[in-house]
Amino acid sequence: MGHEECQAVNILEVNDLHTVFTTPRGVMRAVDGVALSLRAGETLGIVGESGSGKSVLGRTITGLIADNATTSVSGSVRIGGHDIHALTQKARRRLWGPEVAMVFQDPMTSLNPVKRVSTHLTEALRLHLGLGRKDAYERAIDLLRQVFIPDPTRRMTQYPHELSGGMRQRVVIAMALACDPKLLIADEPTTALDVTVQRQILDLLAALASERNMATILISHDLGAVEGRTDRVAVMYGGRIVETSDTARVFANPVHPYAEALLASIPRIGDAPHTVLRAIEGAPPNMLTLPTGCSFAPRCRFATDRCHEEQPELRELADKGTTHVGACHFPLLPVHQEVS
Amino acid sequence: MPSEKRGTRTPHRTRDLVIGAVLATAGLGLAVFGWSTSLLVLAGKAALVLAGLVLVHQGVSRVLQALRGRRTDLIFIVSVVWLVGLILLALLAPLLPLGEHSDVATTLLEPANMAPRLLTDHPLGTSSQGLDLLSRSLHGARTSLMISLMAVTIGTLVGGSIGVVAGYFRHGVDSVVGVFTNALLAVPPLILLIALSTVLDPSLRNMALALSLLTIPSMVRLARANTIAFAQREFVMAARLMGASRFRVMLRELVPNVILPVVSMAIVMISALIVAEASLSFLGLGIQQPDPTWGNMIAEGEGGAMEDYPHIVLVPGAFLFLTVFSFNLLGEKAQKRWDTRSAKL
Repeated sequence: MGHEECQAVNILEVNDLHTVFTTPRGVMRAVDGVALSLRAGETLGIVGESGSGKSVLGRTITGLIADNATTSVSGSVRIGGHDIHALTQKARRRLWGPEVAMVFQDPMTSLNPVKRVSTHLTEALRLHLGLGRKDAYERAIDLLRQVFIPDPTRRMTQYPHELSGGMRQRVVIAMALACDPKLLIADEPTTALDVTVQRQILDLLAALASERNMATILISHDLGAVEGRTDRVAVMYGGRIVETSDTARVFANPVHPYAEALLASIPRIGDAPHTVLRAIEGAPPNMLTLPTGCSFAPRCRFATDRCHEEQPELRELADKGTTHVGACHFPLLPVHQEVS
Repeated sequence: MPSEKRGTRTPHRTRDLVIGAVLATAGLGLAVFGWSTSLLVLAGKAALVLAGLVLVHQGVSRVLQALRGRRTDLIFIVSVVWLVGLILLALLAPLLPLGEHSDVATTLLEPANMAPRLLTDHPLGTSSQGLDLLSRSLHGARTSLMISLMAVTIGTLVGGSIGVVAGYFRHGVDSVVGVFTNALLAVPPLILLIALSTVLDPSLRNMALALSLLTIPSMVRLARANTIAFAQREFVMAARLMGASRFRVMLRELVPNVILPVVSMAIVMISALIVAEASLSFLGLGIQQPDPTWGNMIAEGEGGAMEDYPHIVLVPGAFLFLTVFSFNLLGEKAQKRWDTRSAKL
C-alpha cells in the first residue's frame, strides 16, 4: 500500500498543537503548544505524571479528539502528509486503520464483550482492505500468530472474557496492526497488566515496530518501560513538552528540573535497603488554573520570581548542536559539562 | 451442566425421597380436600388449598433434589411451564374443543353461573350468561398476551433505539429526548390511558399503541444509561479508530451490549402491561364485551355477582395472577443473568 511513501518525509508532524476543553468549571488547556515529528521506524516515548496531557495528546494526534462544541483544536497534525484536523470526519475515517492505529490502556474495556475475537479482527480487514469473509479470516489468524498467540484458530472463536489480560492486549495489538498502520500510538499499553506480562507486551510492540518499520509513540508514566525501548523521549508537564531528546541523553543528563526529579524518583533495584524513595513535592497542577509562568515553578526547588512570571520556551539547553531541547530558564547543567 | 457430574448426591437420598413423596401426597390430598369439601366457608377452603400447595411444593422440591443431586428452583420451572402452556393453549384456542366464549345466543341451554367442576363440560364453570369460563379465560389470554406483547415490542424497539441514539450523541439530542421522557413519566399512567381511550376506539391495535406509550420512557432511560456506560469503554473508541462509522458503532458495538438489560426489562414490563390492560378492560375502557379479556371478566363480578358466585372473579383473577407472577419471575431471572454490571464482562 505504501508506494507513495517517501523516505525523507516524516510520518508524523505535529506543529503548535493546542487542545482546549471548555468545561463547566473553566477552560482546560490539556495540550498547550506541542510540536513533534516522527520518522518511519522511529519510536518516541511520551512520559509524564497522570493528568499531564499525554493521553489527550495521543488522541488529538489520531483525530479522535477533534473540534466540536466543547473542544477546540488548533495547530496541525500531519500523518503521512494528510492534515488530520483539516479533513472531514469521513476522510479521517479512511485514514484510521491504514495510516494510524492505537492500542489502548485497558484490554478489559478495549474489546467488546459480546463480540468474538474473529469479529474484532475481520471487521477492519473487510472494511479497509476489502477482503472477503474467508480471506479476512485467514489474515486474522495470521495476525494472531504474529502477536504470538498460541492456538490462534481456537482463539478466533472465543470471546474476550475467555482470554487472559495479556492475551487480550495481544488481540488489541493485532487489531491495531490489521491494516498495516504507518503510525502506531500505544497509550499506556501495559498499565492494566501484570509486571511479567508488561515486559512481554512491550517487547512485542518493539519487535513489531522494527519489523514493520512503523513509527511508534509509546505513552507511559513508567519510565522503565520507555528507557530501553524508545529512540527519543518527550517529557510532558502541564500540557507542554518540557524536555525532549534522544532517550539515552535525557536519561543520562536531564536538563529540566521536572525531568530530573521524575528520573530520580524511579526506585533502583541496586539501591541499599530502606533507601528513602524520592518523591516530587506537591501535586500535579490543576489544569483549569495553570500558573502564568512555568507550570512546574510551584514545585521546583530552583524556581525564582522569573519562573513564576515568564513562561520558558523550548530551546537547546545542553549540548549545542544536538536535538536536546528543554523549557526552563535555569536548566540543570549536564554533569560532564563545565560551568561557564 | 458440570454441577450434575460432581456426583454430590445428598447423603440422605432415600430418606429425602420418602419424606418428599409423603409431603407431596399429603399436600395434594389436603388441597383436593380443601377444594371439594362442603363443610367449610370459602376462606377456610382457600387456606386449606394454599397449605396443601405449599406442602406439595416442599415435597416435590425434596424429591427433585434427591433425584438430581442439586437444588432446583421449582417455582421457576412451574412458572415457565405455566407460561408455555398458556401461550400454546391461547394460540390454539380456536381449534380446541372448548365451550362457547362470546356468543350468548348459543348458550341459552347451558347452565348459568355454574361453579367449577373439573370433570364436566365446563371445568372452570360458566358465567352468568352460561359462557364457558375456561374458554373465555383462554380467549382472554389471547387478547391480553397479544396486546402486551405488541406493546412491549413497540416500546422496546422505539424506546430502545431512541435511548441508544440519545446516549451516544448526548448534547442536543439527549436534552430533547430527556424533556420528552420526563414529560411522559410525569403523567400518571392510568390517567394517560383513560385520556387516550376517549380518543381512540378500543381495538387491539390501539390498545397496544396506547400501552406502548407507557413503556417507551423507561426503555429510553434504560437504553440511554446503558449506552452511556458502554460508549465510554475503549472498545467504542477502538472501533472508531478502525474506521467504523457512527451508525456502525451504534449498531454493531453498542446495541448488542445494551440489548441484554433492555430485553430483561421488557420481560418484566410484560407483566405490568398485562395488569394495565386488565385495569382498562375492568373499567370498561379496553376490549368490550362480549369479547373476553381477563379484565372485563373480572368486571362481571360487580354488582353482587362475586358474593354469590365467587368463581366468576376467581377464575380470571387466578389466570391474571399466575401469568403476571410468572412473567415477573422470568424477568427477574433474566435480569440476574444478563445484568452486565454484575457479570463484570
